[in-house]
Amino acid sequence: MIEIKDLHKSYKMGSNSLHVLKGINFTVEDGELVAIMGSSGSGKSTLLNILGMLDGADSGEYTLDGVPIKNLSETKAAEYRNKFLGFVFQSFNLINYKSALENVALPLYYQKVPRKERQEKAMQYLDRVGLKPWANHLPSELSGGQKQRVAIARAMAAEPKVLLADEPTGALDSTTSYEVMDLIQKINDDGNTILVVTHEEDIAHMCKRIVHLKDGIIVEDKKIEQVRAGQYV
Amino acid sequence: MFDIERWQEIFDTIRKNKLRTFLTGLSVASGIFILVILLGFGQGMRNGIEQEFKQDASTSVWVWPGVTSKEYKGLNPGRRIQLANENFEKASAMFNKTIEYESARIYVGGVSVNYGKEALIYGVQGVGPDFQFIDNASMVEGRFINYQDEVSTGKVAIIGNKIKKDVFNEVDSPIGEFIDISGIPFKIIGVFKEMEEREEERIYIPITTAQRVFNGGDRINNMSYTLPPVENFDEAVAQSITFKNNLREYLQQAHTIAPDDTGAIEVWSALEEAKRYYGLTNNIKLFFWFVGICTIIAGVVGVSNIMLIVVKERTREIGIRKALGAKPWSIIAMILHESIFVTAISGFTGLIFSMALLELVGPHIEVDYVLNPSVNFNVAFSTVLVLILAGTLAGFVPAWRAAKVQVIESLRDE
Repeated sequence: MIEIKDLHKSYKMGSNSLHVLKGINFTVEDGELVAIMGSSGSGKSTLLNILGMLDGADSGEYTLDGVPIKNLSETKAAEYRNKFLGFVFQSFNLINYKSALENVALPLYYQKVPRKERQEKAMQYLDRVGLKPWANHLPSELSGGQKQRVAIARAMAAEPKVLLADEPTGALDSTTSYEVMDLIQKINDDGNTILVVTHEEDIAHMCKRIVHLKDGIIVEDKKIEQVRAGQYV
Repeated sequence: MFDIERWQEIFDTIRKNKLRTFLTGLSVASGIFILVILLGFGQGMRNGIEQEFKQDASTSVWVWPGVTSKEYKGLNPGRRIQLANENFEKASAMFNKTIEYESARIYVGGVSVNYGKEALIYGVQGVGPDFQFIDNASMVEGRFINYQDEVSTGKVAIIGNKIKKDVFNEVDSPIGEFIDISGIPFKIIGVFKEMEEREEERIYIPITTAQRVFNGGDRINNMSYTLPPVENFDEAVAQSITFKNNLREYLQQAHTIAPDDTGAIEVWSALEEAKRYYGLTNNIKLFFWFVGICTIIAGVVGVSNIMLIVVKERTREIGIRKALGAKPWSIIAMILHESIFVTAISGFTGLIFSMALLELVGPHIEVDYVLNPSVNFNVAFSTVLVLILAGTLAGFVPAWRAAKVQVIESLRDE
């Protein structure tokens, strides 16, 4: 699904150049649930941005579902993002004046899905995250865990190839975190490929594979025995 | 533009940002409001000046004899020129193709006018039947002098409306009443109305009567003409200048006056005069447009400014939309569409309010040189179109900035 070869990325900081990613090689198969771990400054956010086509790499190859991702125009990048990727953020990033349902329907709007179909589909995904009764609530009327579940529903509504989650539990207490991870695991069980960036050990162990990043290189990449989040809920 | 989905998006955002949208709209609406009121008053001034000129027919040409100031062919300067019937008749024969209406006029002096026992102090003038059209007098009652009166030297009189009000207020109608002019009874057959009251303080009698009864001989005091109307203003001016020069040339020859002695025969053309005033109103109009354009620029800067704030406010939202796959163009279109929509709606609101105000208040304004301020709807409409276009241009910079929003930075947690 994802193939990365010798990926380099550096940022210009005045006269100095900060080398953030120093040759990343990394492959994700279809249906994997991968945790990307690392302390701040390890380059995990940069890697996620490149994977999310929000930023370009300096050198190296990135192939997503057989499509080479290189020198994309903004329009093309937007199209691929919409088609291939779903994002879940630490701070949920729901549009605060749109209801839960409208938020979930938004990526479908950019896929030019007709309004009625959009609403139906969005409702279906809200139902899957257990928030159907809250469909017409604004984000401000939802709890943190509910907001993140709406965000996950939104990411899934576009039926992406890969779900990218950037610290999805970072703003949540542990019980809620486990609920969210339970949801992510269930989505993964349905065969979706998911990448979770986290710095929490327990969250990482709820994935099937942990990739450790340190100072811009992968220091460890191991398959693990998945801890089911369901048992804590 | 006709994407119903986007309309729904826009209504959503507007509904959820009522105050901001309202304030943006208010600045645009008041801009248009001020512009239309200004243009309305510009038009009002134009109307007012036009009104001043409507006193006489717009193509009228007037001839007054004066005093020679130059020696010519052995004749001394200081000679008073006296026009005669012969001059009038010859000029009519020479220029009859270019003349629409014509009338000679004589001021009847040294007469006393009485109505019953009341002495009236109004001027008496002998004129021809066409004079009504040259002087733009409209009949309130009865009729003007006609050809028959002229031929038969009828003892009939036409009085001004003011005379009717001042003298004949006790009878139902002055028509059929008699006034005495130096002891000779004249029957009143008509009442005329003029734009200005002081021109209504006159009594007209047939010129032939004036000459025969009051010892006028064949003398006339002045001559007046109108020329046939011409659609094009400049052509009309040219026509009246040509006529004016030909007429003066003939009169100068007939009275042996030096060709460059303009004071001896004065020819005045309403059109030429009007042209100068039109030039003035054009300048005023230009000035109001200039002020108007400045107002529009102020409005545009306002819209641009507010849209920049909007984009700033919505940076995070735009970042989210981009992460979800919004293309740059769709972001630009979203911002532009909203700004154009708000501009258009508020522009029309301002237009409707200002036009309603002009419509309600305009006709009641009674100030010299301002008459019925109003705007040509086309002008107002094109102003709104210009405003929308300008709003688009103004919205483009903010929209472009919105499209350039960096997703990573916009979503960074504060």
